[in-house]
Amino acid sequence: MASSSRVEILNEGGLRVDGRRPYELRSVSMTFSPQAHADGSATMQQGLTTVTVSVFGPREPRSRANAIHDRANLVVEVGVAGWSQPGVGQRNRGDKRLTEVGATIRQTFEPVIMSHLYPRSEISIYVQVLGSDGGILPTAINATTLALIDAGVAMTDYITSLSVGLHLTQPLLDLSSPEESDIPYLVVASLPGTGKVTLATLETRIHVDRFEEMLAVGVEGCKILKAEMEGEVKKRTGTMVERMKLNALPDRAGGMKDSDRDILMT
Amino acid sequence: MLQVISVPPIPLFHADDVTAEFSKTRHHPDVQDDLDSDMDVDDEYGTGLGVGSSSRAGKNITSPGEVVTSAKEFMRGHGTYTEGDNVLSTVAGTIERVNKLVSVRSVRQRYNPEKGDLVIGRVIEVVQQRWKVDTNARQDAILALSSVNLPGGVQRRKVETDALKMREFLAEGDLLVAEVQSVENAPQLHTRSLRYGKLRNGLLLTVPPSLIRRLKSHFHTLPPPCGPLGVDVIMGVNGYIWVSVSVGERNNAAVEGFVDAEGVYSDVNDDISQSSRLAISQVANLIMLFARYSIPLSDTLLSDAYAWCRDNGLTKSGQMMDKEMEKRCLTEITGMDVREEL
Repeated sequence: MASSSRVEILNEGGLRVDGRRPYELRSVSMTFSPQAHADGSATMQQGLTTVTVSVFGPREPRSRANAIHDRANLVVEVGVAGWSQPGVGQRNRGDKRLTEVGATIRQTFEPVIMSHLYPRSEISIYVQVLGSDGGILPTAINATTLALIDAGVAMTDYITSLSVGLHLTQPLLDLSSPEESDIPYLVVASLPGTGKVTLATLETRIHVDRFEEMLAVGVEGCKILKAEMEGEVKKRTGTMVERMKLNALPDRAGGMKDSDRDILMT
Repeated sequence: MLQVISVPPIPLFHADDVTAEFSKTRHHPDVQDDLDSDMDVDDEYGTGLGVGSSSRAGKNITSPGEVVTSAKEFMRGHGTYTEGDNVLSTVAGTIERVNKLVSVRSVRQRYNPEKGDLVIGRVIEVVQQRWKVDTNARQDAILALSSVNLPGGVQRRKVETDALKMREFLAEGDLLVAEVQSVENAPQLHTRSLRYGKLRNGLLLTVPPSLIRRLKSHFHTLPPPCGPLGVDVIMGVNGYIWVSVSVGERNNAAVEGFVDAEGVYSDVNDDISQSSRLAISQVANLIMLFARYSIPLSDTLLSDAYAWCRDNGLTKSGQMMDKEMEKRCLTEITGMDVREEL
């Protein structure tokens, strides 16, 4: 197993650099509405990769030229915090790679957002990478899904995304940064409900025989991720619905009683 | 850590790991118990329609892409779409059913204007014969020159000179309270009531629109123990809230048919005493506190909260509440266990 890389992708025991097995995902955590001023926002953490996404809209387009008469216009901007990864300085907004990530996110979400419900409007998605340890794009896509749900934007399904690497003939799920720099990988985004794939990008070359297998594992992984996200979304929605009922409580101690009111509905 | 177990036939490194005992994902033991109880509820939603059958909130909560019901028996309403024989949800929220119409109401959404809503807006553009007003909605609302009351009488005709003086009445950045007149094409506003018009002597708050119910009246007053003159709170259905010094006297004047024309479109704040400012800030802080915990706002809730602050000696000292105190306040006022912010 002569490899030119410094790190051993899979050791004798079949474990990866960070001790995971080939199909083991990194731990995930999600936070809703970290940005109170946005219409919807979410932070998604997969392993050490942290991405916060804020969604504004549907709102009046900032410039008339951006209005589309029969559907909403999707605008995605990506920023990377200077401290997010070691050895890389501040990347500015004009960075080609970031623009491409933004364009990819926009293309991924366009078929799923029901934009015809919001004609002449704009939905702005601001992606901020706070910590980067491989898989910026998949984590950004997952965070965007959560932020859009938080904003109440109509979507036909979740979109979840994962990276799938290939080590010799073995697919590896959810790569971390050292793995990402050493082995070829594919980014898959899919609609877990139907198993449809909205995104599959590959920057390096792999053998065509391996592709199908990698895609299948990726789609399967996306379903697992969706189950996790759905659990969190429902938990939060449930709590919010509970809170919404508060107003309907019978008169509270110290509260204004009906008999104290000037006007009564009978 | 999560692990995918069911995968297509691929050479697995550790096929022995895959036993029926494993669930698809594994969690830290501390988290597991918590999740187990959630998952039970999950299963109960099922694909059947639990609408109306139970008052428990968990029962009819859906999220995007989830099958709500069969399209053969039900019609789809807002927040849903049909695919094949099924009606699916497009937002995270609660399922609601009216006869054969099934809709999903999102818990958080941008303001959707409806005729008759009381809204607070900010002028962002002055154009030919009309103002464009930001009302926190999907599109800017239009306030036509013909639908405002101008100085010099309610029934006065609008003349060309008025069109040239539009910026004197309402300029970019001015805040106003108005009513939604119609929502065809772009939403239209009007201020044809003495209660509506330009706002001053206060401060604007923004909360999620879902926290404000459509009520008979959105003008609330917290009477004088709250500041020397009392504090007015206007809760716009669009989630904008205006907290200001009470203008009780002005309304009285209006009733007598006397309108201070210059005053209505004045830009200048009155002199506001220190204690009034304190009261306004305290009421504003309370509103933001409710908003942070996603508690729907009402006048009784607000006056209860203010009374609570007074009883605990906060109003006099002007002291801010810390986290512990905030939670105690909410728990005592709402009688509900509110631990986490949302």
